[in-house]
Amino acid sequence: MAAQREMAATRETYGRTLLSMAEEFPEIVVLGGDLNVSVFTHLWRDQYPDRFYDFGPSEQNLIAVGAGLAASGQIPFVSTFSVFGVGRPFDQLRVLVAQPHLNLKLVCTHAGILTGEDGMSAQAVEDLALACSLSGFTVVCPSDSVETAQVVRAAAVNEGPIYIRLARAATPVIHGPDYKYTPERSEVIRQGADVSIIATGVMVSVALDAAELLAQSGIQARVINMHTLRPTDEETILAAARETGAVVTAEEHYIHGGLGSIVGQVTGQHHPTPIEMVALQGYAESGKPEELMAKNGLTPEALRDASEKAIKRKRG
Amino acid sequence: MATTARAQNNASADSRSRKPGYTTEELQAIALELRRDIITTIHNAGTGHPGGSLSELEILISLYFGRMRHDPDNPSWPDRDRLILSKGHASPGLYAVLAKAGYFPREELSTFRKINSRLQGHAHPMTPGVEMNSGSLGMGLSFALGCALAARLTRKDYLVYAILGDGECDEGEIWEAAMAASHHKAGNLIAVVDRNRIQNDRFTDEVMTLEPLAAKWRAFGWRVIETPGHEFPPLLDAIGRAQRGRTKPTVIIAHTVKGKGVSFMENNPAFHGRAPNQEEYQQAMQELA
Repeated sequence: MAAQREMAATRETYGRTLLSMAEEFPEIVVLGGDLNVSVFTHLWRDQYPDRFYDFGPSEQNLIAVGAGLAASGQIPFVSTFSVFGVGRPFDQLRVLVAQPHLNLKLVCTHAGILTGEDGMSAQAVEDLALACSLSGFTVVCPSDSVETAQVVRAAAVNEGPIYIRLARAATPVIHGPDYKYTPERSEVIRQGADVSIIATGVMVSVALDAAELLAQSGIQARVINMHTLRPTDEETILAAARETGAVVTAEEHYIHGGLGSIVGQVTGQHHPTPIEMVALQGYAESGKPEELMAKNGLTPEALRDASEKAIKRKRG
Repeated sequence: MATTARAQNNASADSRSRKPGYTTEELQAIALELRRDIITTIHNAGTGHPGGSLSELEILISLYFGRMRHDPDNPSWPDRDRLILSKGHASPGLYAVLAKAGYFPREELSTFRKINSRLQGHAHPMTPGVEMNSGSLGMGLSFALGCALAARLTRKDYLVYAILGDGECDEGEIWEAAMAASHHKAGNLIAVVDRNRIQNDRFTDEVMTLEPLAAKWRAFGWRVIETPGHEFPPLLDAIGRAQRGRTKPTVIIAHTVKGKGVSFMENNPAFHGRAPNQEEYQQAMQELA
């Protein structure tokens, strides 16, 4: 049922984009934790060895060295897997980066259950909750490779701490070359008036497929690509709540503390609206990414069912 | 006196030798004066950490009034030597020194730990002269390494000092940073361990064995210098020797006394993190007169 789309790995896009910015941004220094081939920063390491430091798997030190570099006017891009870059050094992110609001760029790959066979310890399903709890952090979960390239570039241009969440697996490319990423504005990627599906990351492509399914039964779903969770584009969320009266959130992340929690908070405060949340209910397991997505209900069919349920809950 | 300090630091600001401009007697007089400031600051707040503030004091004075290249009128001077207080709970010691050097008015010490103050409970860069946010132990050596690597990237010759507690060396991140600084040949990084042998609850030997501490650092690839931690000629000499290294990072293990200078605080774990009451305050001030 899913539309056939070109696939691309956002982590490779990250490595190539970073490399392309080296001459333009002489302050960029890249820090790695022994996973540089996997996160594609080996491209930078091999080209600019004098602007690259490896620290091995010592992530507390990795983040704190990055903070020292940022405090000294450099632009550190720090990369490892999400479980090691957000969870393990959370205290360093909090005390050394968020509280003094330093210009550190944390770009982690292998987030979520798309990490697959390595199993639950390797699958960061709470990284967005952790990152979103860091005051002043920008938190971005790009929907595809095209968007990732622009997000990485914006991270170098814009001052302040940022966490960018990328996947291991190749994911569908849903944007054309003309797409323009705007950090402060979510993308309404499909118009519709009956229900809004607010999605982030890989779930945007799943939401587009769900909207096709819903259209078959005459339901017009609005699909919103909420690429940036912090700071939150409340305006687009509230417009969706007001104009469609029913909201479904979709994220490849634990149901607590991520996109669903944010949308629930914004609508609850300003425009209470029925919300259905499609997300992980707990830890997953080893398996192929597509098997894990199906078993955990992150499918177009699940989003269709959730949308129909949200519509039934509309008031009046 | 603050003016004198500022003038002195400006006078030596462009000096690569970072030669001390004060006599031993002058430095001792500053230490006595700042001990009173530390005790008064903590007593005034009714809360704070006197033990480690008193044990680190001569180390900080040796740096800010002796060996460091810095300019209190320009705390963000790109060529300044950086001092990272990793044991951030000992902020009253650093604040007293920074005020004396002229980074902010001495009167501001009375706002320590109070609402709307720039002098937070644990050192934070909102205070002029403070480089790093602190309060969670073990982070400062890594942060200092980041500053040291930045010097290399920007081709600057500044030095970076990280002041570590000995109890703080229980943190794994200290040893992550120790390994990394040695691997990346951060010869412009100097750690100073305030070896006062007491941590929050009890004596370090009771909580977690650190010895052989010097051998641990050597095994991680560091040059180790041991020195008495309250005597100026030896401290200044130790720092001077550390400044001359350029291939390996150097750690100075400064053997200090927790609560130094106040009889009932000396070697007393109870005064790691508690303010003196009124009676204790008066006795301390008499001893420091």
